[in-house]
Amino acid sequence: MSAPASPMHSPEAARVAARLGLRPGRANIDVFAGTLLALARADRNILAVTSDSRGSGKLVPFGDALPAQLIEVGIAEQNLVGIAAGLASCGKKPFAVSPACFLTARALEQVKNDAAYSDNPVVLVGISAGVSYGALGTTHHSLHDFAALRAINNLTIMAPADNFETCGAVRHAASAAHPVYLRFGKAPLCDISNPAEPFVAGKARVLCDGADAALIATGETVIHARLAAAYLRETAGIACRVLSVPAIKPLDAPAILDAARECRALVTVEEHMVSGGLGEACAALVAQSPHHPRMRLLGIPDERTVTGSQAEIFRHYGLTMEGVAAAVHSLLF
Amino acid sequence: MHTDTELARKSLLYRREILRVIRRAGAGHTGGDLSCIDILNVLYNRVLRVAPADFSDPDRDRYVQSKGHSVEALYVVLADRGFFPAAALDTLSHYRSHFAGHPTRDVPGIEQNTGALGHGLPIATGMAIAGKLDSAAWRVFTLLGDGELAEGSNWEAAMAAAHYKLDNLTAIVDCNTLQITGRTRDVMGNEPLDAKWAAFGWAVRRVPGHDLGALTAALSSPPEPGRPRVFVADTRKGSGISFMEDAARWHHGVPTDDEYKRALAELDARLAQLEGAAA
Ligand SMILES: [Mg+2]
Repeated sequence: MSAPASPMHSPEAARVAARLGLRPGRANIDVFAGTLLALARADRNILAVTSDSRGSGKLVPFGDALPAQLIEVGIAEQNLVGIAAGLASCGKKPFAVSPACFLTARALEQVKNDAAYSDNPVVLVGISAGVSYGALGTTHHSLHDFAALRAINNLTIMAPADNFETCGAVRHAASAAHPVYLRFGKAPLCDISNPAEPFVAGKARVLCDGADAALIATGETVIHARLAAAYLRETAGIACRVLSVPAIKPLDAPAILDAARECRALVTVEEHMVSGGLGEACAALVAQSPHHPRMRLLGIPDERTVTGSQAEIFRHYGLTMEGVAAAVHSLLF
Repeated sequence: MHTDTELARKSLLYRREILRVIRRAGAGHTGGDLSCIDILNVLYNRVLRVAPADFSDPDRDRYVQSKGHSVEALYVVLADRGFFPAAALDTLSHYRSHFAGHPTRDVPGIEQNTGALGHGLPIATGMAIAGKLDSAAWRVFTLLGDGELAEGSNWEAAMAAAHYKLDNLTAIVDCNTLQITGRTRDVMGNEPLDAKWAAFGWAVRRVPGHDLGALTAALSSPPEPGRPRVFVADTRKGSGISFMEDAARWHHGVPTDDEYKRALAELDARLAQLEGAAA
């Protein structure tokens, strides 16, 4: 068995992480599965619904512990979401778990109509999201999901950055009265949250403060923004605010607009096509505000995405400590 | 319980009201409304345990209309059952009316927002699984079109319903053999439907879809333990109006003044006949 992949994508990033004292955590998907099992033990209406995805969803222990609360639908994502909607309409709390690439593309009409439009409080769990399955090619990449789902009314979209945010997001989703989409990757992550600051659904989290630039990031890219802030302070005396944005929708507009007013530059970072993602959502807010700091939107460009490990793809597109730091330099100087 | 004559009379009055509201709105799915209206009449007046006064009762039977475009038929029956005043249908398709051209939960008595085809059976399957998890006595019914069966999601759900032995689930196919383009067999053949459903593990019966007695007997019969069931109802699009019957052009045709008069005359003649026979 090989050593678990490091979330650090360069020796320099590993050095900065060590200096910050970041503790390695688990993959968010593992924390999701553990949290869901704990919640489901206490509430028999909480169900896991899977499309031959219990292994990749880390739900084998769930199925062993609570077999009556795991509904398998086979490789049929449309039916996964339709069945989950029917269950939710009858008082169940189904977590429909499927690779994000299939869940949010093949079953998009079911998400739009059966979950969101009919207002059935399903929790849609997109696993192995972004380029978690980077080497498997575009069929298995999920770089469109924010864009597709942001354009659907009545759907909360959450992409937790670390284990702490994952736990908060899963608990929030379990008690939500309306449908929620949760997006998880599978890489082991560092804990970057301050656990003393409670998780509040819909709120961005300030990981460190500064007024030279704001780094606004979501999901598995937040760690690289956090490292970039530490690296910029150390190497160039640049002070950055890092905003972790676990909720893409509804977006914490006050936090984004505060950053636009108080910081000289904004850089957004996401594991998603730049089209329709977090960056464009922030840009739309900022463009309609009185404050217009220079902005750079980092993400996957509109091209046929390269294949490789998540780390390799992040390095290719500059979704790294060094890439984020370079973007800040280009805006400030 | 309504007598057979009362039920027959309702079928004629429902047709009259369907034509009236479509005529008033200037839009509607006339052909499909008329092909499923006898099924809805039997469901809502003889089979479903639903009460307008207590629609949120968790123990109610569930009805999901997958062929959402035949919504005028559903509205007319729900109004007759007292879910809302019949006058509300005067707003059909109006700006900001809850009575849109497909069902929504904004209208009392409607379970799910439908309109995109191939969605009802998966949702109904999920509901039936929920009922089984709770060992509940309530049942789930869903109405599908025959053209709609080209949507693959139906067959995903058909597989799952049999896998989970959902004998609390009843599907009804409004098999009028037409869809918007023409004959279903020419657009995308799906026969033999009975054999397809049976191969997926369902209990299958064909029923005459405008025979209120036969529909009552079928839909009231006990399920086969351990199997979901489907009734393939042989219906005619535009049923009950001679010049609308079995013609694809009435899929969403709106009658002209003259056509409307002729249609009402046909229905009124049959109402008079029915009342004469009952007297
Ligand atoms: Mg048809």
